[in-house]
Amino acid sequence: MIEARDLTKTYGSVRALGGASFEVRKGEVLGFLGPNGAGKTTTMKILTCFIAPTSGTAKVNGCDIWEDPIGVRRAIGYLPEHTPLYTEMLVHEYLEFMGKMRGLRGNDLARRIKKVAEQTALGDKLGAEIRALSKGYRQRVGIGQALIHEPPVLILDEPMSGLDPNQASDMRELIKEIGEERTVVYSTHNLAEVQAACKRVLIVAGGAIVADDTPEELSARAGKSRYFVTVKAPEGKESATVAAQYGRVTGVDTASAHTGETVEEFVIEVAPKGDEDLRAELFRATVDAGYTMLGLERKDADLESIFRELTTKGGSDSK
Amino acid sequence: MNNVLTIAGRQFRSYFNSAAAYIVFCLVLAIVGFLFWPPFFLRGQVTLTELFTTLPMILVFAAPALTMGLLAEEKRTGTIELLITMPVRDAEVILGKFLGVLGLYAVLLLLTFAYPIAVSTLGRLDWGEIFGGYLGLFLLGSALLSIGLMCSGWTDNQLVGFFAALMFSVTLFMMGTDFVLQLSGMQVARILEPLAFSTHLEALARGVIDVRDVLYFLSLSGFSLAVAFRSLESRRWS
Repeated sequence: MIEARDLTKTYGSVRALGGASFEVRKGEVLGFLGPNGAGKTTTMKILTCFIAPTSGTAKVNGCDIWEDPIGVRRAIGYLPEHTPLYTEMLVHEYLEFMGKMRGLRGNDLARRIKKVAEQTALGDKLGAEIRALSKGYRQRVGIGQALIHEPPVLILDEPMSGLDPNQASDMRELIKEIGEERTVVYSTHNLAEVQAACKRVLIVAGGAIVADDTPEELSARAGKSRYFVTVKAPEGKESATVAAQYGRVTGVDTASAHTGETVEEFVIEVAPKGDEDLRAELFRATVDAGYTMLGLERKDADLESIFRELTTKGGSDSK
Repeated sequence: MNNVLTIAGRQFRSYFNSAAAYIVFCLVLAIVGFLFWPPFFLRGQVTLTELFTTLPMILVFAAPALTMGLLAEEKRTGTIELLITMPVRDAEVILGKFLGVLGLYAVLLLLTFAYPIAVSTLGRLDWGEIFGGYLGLFLLGSALLSIGLMCSGWTDNQLVGFFAALMFSVTLFMMGTDFVLQLSGMQVARILEPLAFSTHLEALARGVIDVRDVLYFLSLSGFSLAVAFRSLESRRWS
């Protein structure tokens, strides 16, 4: 559906994008992840033919961005960053205008507006002025206009930013729903979102693509889980002795301890050797040592850690 | 063409959605009324000469006010990005914007029809002169609005757009005044005079339609729109 080859973009002397290549297949929801200024927005602007790349090319729905920009735009529904809308218009007026720009007329147009209003739950706001709408509703109007011509590809630039948690979760559901029949590319710097809504994640940093994988595989790459055990030990115990107690447990690679809120309290961080669950072993070890268990937590390595790892290497020096 | 009309229609309506259109209309009509009637009664002739000499002066200020936001405001709010990523050509965007504001201007001209109608009740009016005068006003408006659109495309600040357009309009207007022509000497005056508004408006206002005058205004519009198109397109490479 989308095929980008060696896209680069320089603004004056600033390199915003340095050779990005990727593919998005039909019916895929792709999360475009990266810190601010990593080149997400630039890539999206190139894909929608708003700006031209300095070099490289891309194809959307079989149309080349150089040869057939109009064809590319026809295939795409686009929501730019910050959801720019004509705020003086009424919602249905606006959707009508955008529909007309997409070549829809008469009954078709009316039918599409109705459908889009249903999908985005805008039904009761169609007669409202856009400027009077909350951020969440504006975002829905923005998605609505992107869907009006039933495009095979949707490109959404930070559709969740500025939404409260409820709205963001609604939006996530909406994107998932849309993604069932369309190709969706959306950018964000929120990791939890990507894990929840995307089938594939593309991480960009410093104008380059540093990872291209499923959220699960990325998490797996981030390493193993860690355990945090909080115990109450008899007075006078050294943290080293406590740590040694856990270091002996089968399946434990390393264990380190430090004192908690009181002198008797210790928090032991345990790194396992393999993937098996160590919680039962850790509990038994605690009882055997004569300590009192206060807490036991397993933390899975998440996208956040790999994101940080991948994006801090060279990601801070470009636009 | 459909896209051009859709864009023009939205632009035209947006003027009426805000107070802008009404304020400009009221101001222009009030000033015209103020400047038209005293000399009209002093002269005591059934003619619209005053309308055709005062309105251009007012337009030099009013046109930039109408055009300043055309592209600048879309750039500031970011709506330009959505507009341009519709399946339209950049030229269609420029043309649509231009026709939208030209339509608004046509409404303004229509409102001034009250003058010929009122004056014609006082005696025999030379309708040839009226036709020529209005053609001149329409062409002048089209040129001023194109210049304004061009300037609006250079910035995302409406005020900058306004003053840039005002600068060009005032310059083109003043170039034709006797004061400037006398000051500048024969050689320079010979270059300035054919470039000024007033040179081409005078004949039209007398009812004489010369192709050269019409072409002057049309090429001014064409040139400004072409520059506007270029600067809109330049975003792709910047």
